Amino acid sequence: MKRQLKVEIWVGAFVLMTLVSLAVIALQVSNFNSWKAQSSYQVSALFDNIGGLKVRAPIKISGVVVGRVSDISVDQRTYKARVTMDIFSEYNDLPIDSSGSILTSGLLGDQYVGLVIGGDEEVLKSGDQLDLTQSAIVLEDLIGQFLVKFSGDSSK
Amino acid sequence: MNRQSIMNWVASIGSRVLSMFASLGRMALFVLSLVPAIPYSFYRVELLVKQVYVAGVLSLPIILTAGLFVGMVLTLQGYNVLVDYNSEEAVGTMTALSLLRELGPVVTALLFAGRAGSALTAEIGLMRSTEQISALEMMAVDPLKFIFAPRFTAAFITLPMLTLLFIAMAILGGYLVAVGWLGVDEGSFWSQMQASVDWREDVINGVIKSIAFAALIAIIALYQGFDAIPTSEGVSNATTRTVVHSSLGVLGLDFILTTMMFS
Repeated sequence: MKRQLKVEIWVGAFVLMTLVSLAVIALQVSNFNSWKAQSSYQVSALFDNIGGLKVRAPIKISGVVVGRVSDISVDQRTYKARVTMDIFSEYNDLPIDSSGSILTSGLLGDQYVGLVIGGDEEVLKSGDQLDLTQSAIVLEDLIGQFLVKFSGDSSK
Repeated sequence: MNRQSIMNWVASIGSRVLSMFASLGRMALFVLSLVPAIPYSFYRVELLVKQVYVAGVLSLPIILTAGLFVGMVLTLQGYNVLVDYNSEEAVGTMTALSLLRELGPVVTALLFAGRAGSALTAEIGLMRSTEQISALEMMAVDPLKFIFAPRFTAAFITLPMLTLLFIAMAILGGYLVAVGWLGVDEGSFWSQMQASVDWREDVINGVIKSIAFAALIAIIALYQGFDAIPTSEGVSNATTRTVVHSSLGVLGLDFILTTMMFS
């Protein structure tokens, strides 16, 4: 009986330790915090080229995360990339003429959508579309342009 | 004469392959008869608790020590590479991702196969060689429900728990080396980790992996004990086979699961 009790105490401690480590992994290591349902409204934008943008990439204003990309698809009418963004409800006073551009964090980092705030009185509402967009800079295109220019110069 | 020896050689290959398939077939039959007995492990909870103690609590020292050192070494090596690119804060991300996705489940499963799987095989093999299992059958006690089911369930639930402990311990080790010793900034260590480790993609998939490994190791260990030739040599061979087969099985299954989850 005594021995059975000791076994049970140890197994109980084992289970508790596991729960603690699960909590540490969830709260300290992973992004479990940001999984809580944050109320948001949806805004879309058409881009010529989204580069390597992925779903769940951050939306930033001046470097501060204000939302996440929720969906990426090709627009049926214009054949441009349609990026749907969930913007957190606390940022519900963005001017309607704000523009979006796809930027890269650091030289080789992940891509995100940067919003530049406009000056209009009217604010963005759910379902609105950003009219001014700037595509991702594709490094290969840039190198291609550079090479064309370079060879043009040398042939002169 | 020469022809005779070639024929013998071919025959030995044939008999080996046939016995391998026969063993696989017996294993499948064993699993089929074990599965309906598994719910009975929850009727006799004290047996299950005893097995969780034997498989889980007694494995804690080796799992925690191994976790601490694996995390420390990973961080040290990652730091040495990343510091050349001035991005040593990313060492936390690297440690956490490689642990959660691959190293945590796999190393814990390998240690578990050596520590608990071999003990299971030896115990059941010895029970067979001393005819304890036959004695239970004589008393109309079903050994599947009384011996095998609690051991299977215990291994099945303890390996994922041990994996979580291993990962938490390894990240603690990485933290100690990176922040305490190498002077990586504490804030960016954790924030970079949180930014790139995804709860469902990385954590949950790692736990799913360790559940699959637990089932594999438990089945191999129990079957090898059950199928052991009831002599001291037979039990020792079966124990060796448990460790070898479950280690190789874990590594192979890990590759399959990785291609399914992270490609």
